[in-house]
Amino acid sequence: MDKQDFPLIFEHSKLGRTSYSLPELEIEGFNLKEEIDPVYIREEAPELPEVSELQIIRHYTALSKRNHGVDSGFYPLGSCTMKYNPKMNEDVARLEGFSHIHPYQDTKTVQGALKMMYDLQTSLAAITGMHEVTLQPAAGAQGEWTGLMMIRAYHEANGDWNRTKVIVPDSAHGTNPASATVAGFEAVTVKSNERGTVDLQDLKRVVGEDTAALMLTNPNTLGLFEENIVEMAEIVHQAGGKLYYDGANLNAIMGYARPGDMGFDVVHLNLHKTFTGPHGGGGPGSGPVGVSEELARFLPKPILTESNGEYYFDEDRPDSIGRVKPYFGNFGINLRAYTYIRTMGAEGLKKVSEFAVLNANYMMRRLQEEYELPYTQHCKHEFVLSGKRQKKLGVRTLDIAKRLLDFGYHPPTIYFPLNVEEALMVEPTETESKETLDGFIDTMIQISNEAKENPELVQEAPYHTVVKRMDETTAARKPILRYNRES
Amino acid sequence: MEFRYLPMTDEDKQEMLRTIGVESTEALFSDVPEKVRFHGELNIKKPTNEPALLKELADLSRQNVSLKSHVSFLGAGVYDHYIPSIVDHVISRSEFYTAYTPYQPEISQGELQAIFEFQTMICELTGMDVANSSMYDGPTALAEAANLSASQTKRKKIIVADTVHPESRQVIASYAKGPGLEIVEIGHKEGMVDVEALQAEIDDNTAGVIVQYPNFLGQIEPLAELQQLLEKEKAMFIVSSNPLALGYLTPPAAFGADIVVGDTQVFGIPTQFGGPHCGYFATTKKLMRKVPGRLVGQTTDEDGRRGFVLTLQAREQHIRRDKATSNICSNQALNALASSVAMSSLGKQGIKKMAWLNMQKARYLRQRLKEQGVESVLRGPFFNELVVDIKMPVAEMNERLLNKGFIGGYDLAKTYPEFATHMLVAVTENRSKDEIDAFAKEMGDIHG
Repeated sequence: MDKQDFPLIFEHSKLGRTSYSLPELEIEGFNLKEEIDPVYIREEAPELPEVSELQIIRHYTALSKRNHGVDSGFYPLGSCTMKYNPKMNEDVARLEGFSHIHPYQDTKTVQGALKMMYDLQTSLAAITGMHEVTLQPAAGAQGEWTGLMMIRAYHEANGDWNRTKVIVPDSAHGTNPASATVAGFEAVTVKSNERGTVDLQDLKRVVGEDTAALMLTNPNTLGLFEENIVEMAEIVHQAGGKLYYDGANLNAIMGYARPGDMGFDVVHLNLHKTFTGPHGGGGPGSGPVGVSEELARFLPKPILTESNGEYYFDEDRPDSIGRVKPYFGNFGINLRAYTYIRTMGAEGLKKVSEFAVLNANYMMRRLQEEYELPYTQHCKHEFVLSGKRQKKLGVRTLDIAKRLLDFGYHPPTIYFPLNVEEALMVEPTETESKETLDGFIDTMIQISNEAKENPELVQEAPYHTVVKRMDETTAARKPILRYNRES
Repeated sequence: MEFRYLPMTDEDKQEMLRTIGVESTEALFSDVPEKVRFHGELNIKKPTNEPALLKELADLSRQNVSLKSHVSFLGAGVYDHYIPSIVDHVISRSEFYTAYTPYQPEISQGELQAIFEFQTMICELTGMDVANSSMYDGPTALAEAANLSASQTKRKKIIVADTVHPESRQVIASYAKGPGLEIVEIGHKEGMVDVEALQAEIDDNTAGVIVQYPNFLGQIEPLAELQQLLEKEKAMFIVSSNPLALGYLTPPAAFGADIVVGDTQVFGIPTQFGGPHCGYFATTKKLMRKVPGRLVGQTTDEDGRRGFVLTLQAREQHIRRDKATSNICSNQALNALASSVAMSSLGKQGIKKMAWLNMQKARYLRQRLKEQGVESVLRGPFFNELVVDIKMPVAEMNERLLNKGFIGGYDLAKTYPEFATHMLVAVTENRSKDEIDAFAKEMGDIHG
């Protein structure tokens, strides 16, 4: 460790220090060594840190100060819906009767938990216009795979063994093609047109007897509503394929349009995005999946069911694709999302989408003078700018992102979607005030001016962060993925 | 109705609409075709104010029997362990829980370093070279390991001991359908994997062999024997391991494991009805570039300061798309943080002591039950769980135990027909002598 380095928890360690307070044994001990072959008894203790309680608290408090969250400042990370995470949800998730229950308890002893789950399933079905919902998938990507496995089971049940391809737009999230592969399909790309939406001609070209499904995010990752959704659904359905809805962008349309009404057969939701389950520094999330009536028999087992006011799990689902996750999904995250939905109701959720869209359009119109706007129609909850003009001045989108750090902002998503050069994808969310939006817009304009007048200033940013730009090349070439005491 | 999470005033709204150049927000939705416009009101419950909703949900939570209201001997993969108070205080720092994946290292050093420390702790416990930043849970981590072994060896058969957690086996089976893997289950002999039967199954198409250590029935599988068997084979040795047990037991790396996975719920994560918990995934240097999920690496900044970044991203879905090693995107970072705090709190000595307490107390219960005429049926070395034959349906026993304030063990008849009247009982460090005595007596009385 160098003097200027921030210490690792291991570097606070000193032999003999402790921070635990374990229960007593209270009985005369058994001789374990008599019973267990010495080859299975660990000789060298794992090098976990030996630190005091205050040292741990100081360490992690200091680390938290080296981290930017939504509570620290604006976080317009496109496609991630970094909205405010209500504190009440956190309190509810910590109620003993929710946080300390065991998944194998008799269902009679957890009726309160099951009622919440059942209500949430029903609410999500209503919001999306789907027939039935499973809460099992752990995250959006797992929801995608779950949905595709159901589509696969559906085709196979029809004796339709040749549907091996899943169509994804060139603007799709990386998880879409990756999930298609994990589900045993081949991913095929459909192009976008000059309006940033799926090119119908190209869709007609790629669709066929081998089409299992089309995966679509609507609004798409450019923040644009797929206006031709009705025609697209027709094309895919006529070819015998199914329509998959990636719910990453549901925040734009709640109460305005429902995937089920658009013709989607399967929908996944990201409860950590639209429904305020916090992002947790990368997770845990939750990715419930809704299906049409036709696909309901393939849902993962077990299915939470209600009969005469009593809730129980139905295991008797012979056509189910099986279990996708242990126990019943990420209950703790589902509980937070439920609390949020109950707080907002139908009226509130519609306002959420209204303001998410208003905020994005406002920012887009104010920024389009300084930054290239490749698609000029109204956007939904997010929009994508191109840093093309600034690139000509030698300032790349990466530089703009790094310069934003100096002003206390988390930058937008950059270099995604892939079909926009030097992309900057901005998603303000509905929980930000106009003052915050204006502050960010002014800063973006200032950076654009800096790019014209003093490009080095932007190229060398950031200046005010705890570390400067990192050497990512060496990190990948000579990976150091753990701490070693010797080094 | 007022909405406290929505800050825009009417005045703001009007001003913004003017800037955009539209009359109303409705105009911003003109691209949604009329045919699919939703004009009704979503059929969900009305908005509820904070005090009323808090009361309603608190009441709902009280309808559940919890591990705090009752004394629990239920485990089977999810355990009631000691959670130091500091854990929740740390993960409640909103700089951690309101952040996302640390894409911008300059303002995410806190999260990145915390993950780097987590990776190190998992390597220490398992003895492996590399650990990732976390998976959804133990069972999906195991399914990813199975798929990785298949893609790496270009083989299609996975051999799984039936002493692996039943839900893990179900998840493996679901994941196996994508790449078209064949799953072969191997039975057990007195609660441990039947090594001879396993040996007979290994062939030129075997990609991986999966065992759990300690296994679902609490027994410590003979990894040394399996190592001898697998050393000369191309098939990968995959071990699912309770990381707490590794505080006392020899780590799987010492027996030549290629991939070690499991769940860190045992460290600082409440049971919360089965999730979110936190999977871990550890492997050898050789497989480093095949690992699913995020990896954090150490590097330096322009001034030579040590710092951390997401690295080896060419494995991941956002770069490689359909060629990625997995489709995983979000993970369980906050729970990995909780486990890191709990592991730091235990430290080198505490972890051994906690594992040891579990083993001691489980043996004490075994002895007390025996005195009551309730026999433990497996003879091999075990960690903190035992299989007892109660000579009656477990559900019936559990119902009677519940009336006495206990949450009884797992009903093995659900997944092991050979254990029709057998209960899997878990004892953690949290159970006191009095609780164990009372539970054993109650079991004995009911057992009669």
